[in-house]
Amino acid sequence: MIRFESVSKTYPRSKRPALHRVNLDVERGEFVFLVGASGSGKSTLLRLVLREDVATRGSVHVAGRDVARLSSWKVPHLRRQMGVVFQDFRLLPGKNVFDNVAFALQVIGKSRHHIAQVVPETLELVGLAGKERRLPHELSGGEQQRVAIARAFVNRPAILLADEPTGNLDPETSAGIMKLLERINRTSTTILMATHDTGTVDALRKRVVQLEGGVVVRDEAAGGYATGALRAVDEADRSPVDGPGGPGGGRGADTGWAGARPGATEVWR
Amino acid sequence: MRVRFLASEILGGLRRNTAMTVSVVLVTFVSLVFVGAGALLQLQVNQMKDYWYDRVQVSVFLCTADSEAPTCTSGEVTPSQRDAVLAELRSPTLQPYVESVQFESKADAYARFQQQFAGTAIAESATEDQLNESFRVKLTDPTKYDVVTQFFAGTPGVEQVQDQRRVLDPFFTVLNVATAVAGGFALVMIVAAALLIATTIRLSAFSRRRETGIMRLVGASKLLIQLPFLLEGVLAAVVGAALAVGALYAAVRFGVQGWLVEALPLFGYVGTHQVWLVAPVLVAVAVLLAGTASVTTLSRYLRV
Repeated sequence: MIRFESVSKTYPRSKRPALHRVNLDVERGEFVFLVGASGSGKSTLLRLVLREDVATRGSVHVAGRDVARLSSWKVPHLRRQMGVVFQDFRLLPGKNVFDNVAFALQVIGKSRHHIAQVVPETLELVGLAGKERRLPHELSGGEQQRVAIARAFVNRPAILLADEPTGNLDPETSAGIMKLLERINRTSTTILMATHDTGTVDALRKRVVQLEGGVVVRDEAAGGYATGALRAVDEADRSPVDGPGGPGGGRGADTGWAGARPGATEVWR
Repeated sequence: MRVRFLASEILGGLRRNTAMTVSVVLVTFVSLVFVGAGALLQLQVNQMKDYWYDRVQVSVFLCTADSEAPTCTSGEVTPSQRDAVLAELRSPTLQPYVESVQFESKADAYARFQQQFAGTAIAESATEDQLNESFRVKLTDPTKYDVVTQFFAGTPGVEQVQDQRRVLDPFFTVLNVATAVAGGFALVMIVAAALLIATTIRLSAFSRRRETGIMRLVGASKLLIQLPFLLEGVLAAVVGAALAVGALYAAVRFGVQGWLVEALPLFGYVGTHQVWLVAPVLVAVAVLLAGTASVTTLSRYLRV
């Protein structure tokens, strides 16, 4: 469904690559966690999938197509096969729950009849039935994220990208959101979720891809947030004097947290 | 659905940005008034030229019964006097200077007069008898006008010899200068309008970046994302153009036809039908101006 072949991405005015020779293959219906520190290249990777950016080297295939070769007027059609969810929800404050979700269908030209049918179904799926007329500010954070997920999923995309969707939520609410994402995953929707949330990753035991300074340092089926070796590195970093070091220590020091670049938090705009 | 969506986006955008929208309307209005005024002045020039300038260079007016010139003491020109004048025009003396001669009868003069002053009070009150018969002479060299004038000075039956170009030139000069001034103002105002439209669109795009960001991510087409902004600018400019057409219409209807025609009845003036000729041009200029300004701005400030 998503294939990265030796993909490197260097932003202009930056010497170090945000991604360096990344190989990644995600099958249809997979659930993949993308972990790594801020600036490790998670968001860049998602941007390349969405074709918000184009790889400097290598190729990115989404749904069987090389996204770099798509002409700019075909990009919207590519994006219709994807849904995106963010840490900050990105709801339209002036529109109620129903209209926020309907917006995604309106702007791609779906009929009113279709919207009237699909939007309530989707709201029911995410557990917001009965709250159609609420405005975003009248909802809790978890509910707002459910609206955002409904909006991302309402067009039944083949791929759902989530950039730290639980980053603003407490653990209990996060667990609810993850249940919802798992439910969506069971409809054979491919999910690629970038996260910092240790508890969530450890609880779900899905495939974990770890980035460090733009390099994939781990790709583990049914993994946790950190492997034993990397935990050791973490500890070594925290107590560099008497830490035992570890198998991954040297590599961690080499690559460093290189991808950090100014404006990284604003990547989505 | 998408038409409704577009309409609500455009209206919403214009409402959110009322002050800027109004200023775009006003600036386009003023700039197009100048454009339109320049165009009408040139139409006025052309109208005068069509009747006078290119056809005729020198007119030899023959006496009417009412003529008071000393050469007309015998009253209206007699057929023999008229023949004598024609013979002189064709004589070997004048031959080198004269390219062609055309006789204009009272009936011809009246028809032309009616055409030229159509719709004015002076046309209604004029009678055929008040108008001169004349020889319309085209010179090989228009600057040799004095030769003809002096030749016919004191000839019985000739009331006056007139060089049309000399009579009309000051008017043309005034009108051409006025056109240039209007054109200059128009140019400055159009630049201002273009920049203002660009700024307005940029602000509008900024204030709606959340919506457009979401539209982009859910796969809305480039056109659908950009069109509301584009149409907002074009709509405001077209309203400005409509106001400009209204103002020009009022100026011609009440200023020119309502006042100038009677205050200064020297020649026919532009009428409201010429305003309708200019109107589509103004609308086209508005659309082109707003369209270009919007597209350039959007390509720079709106990611799609």
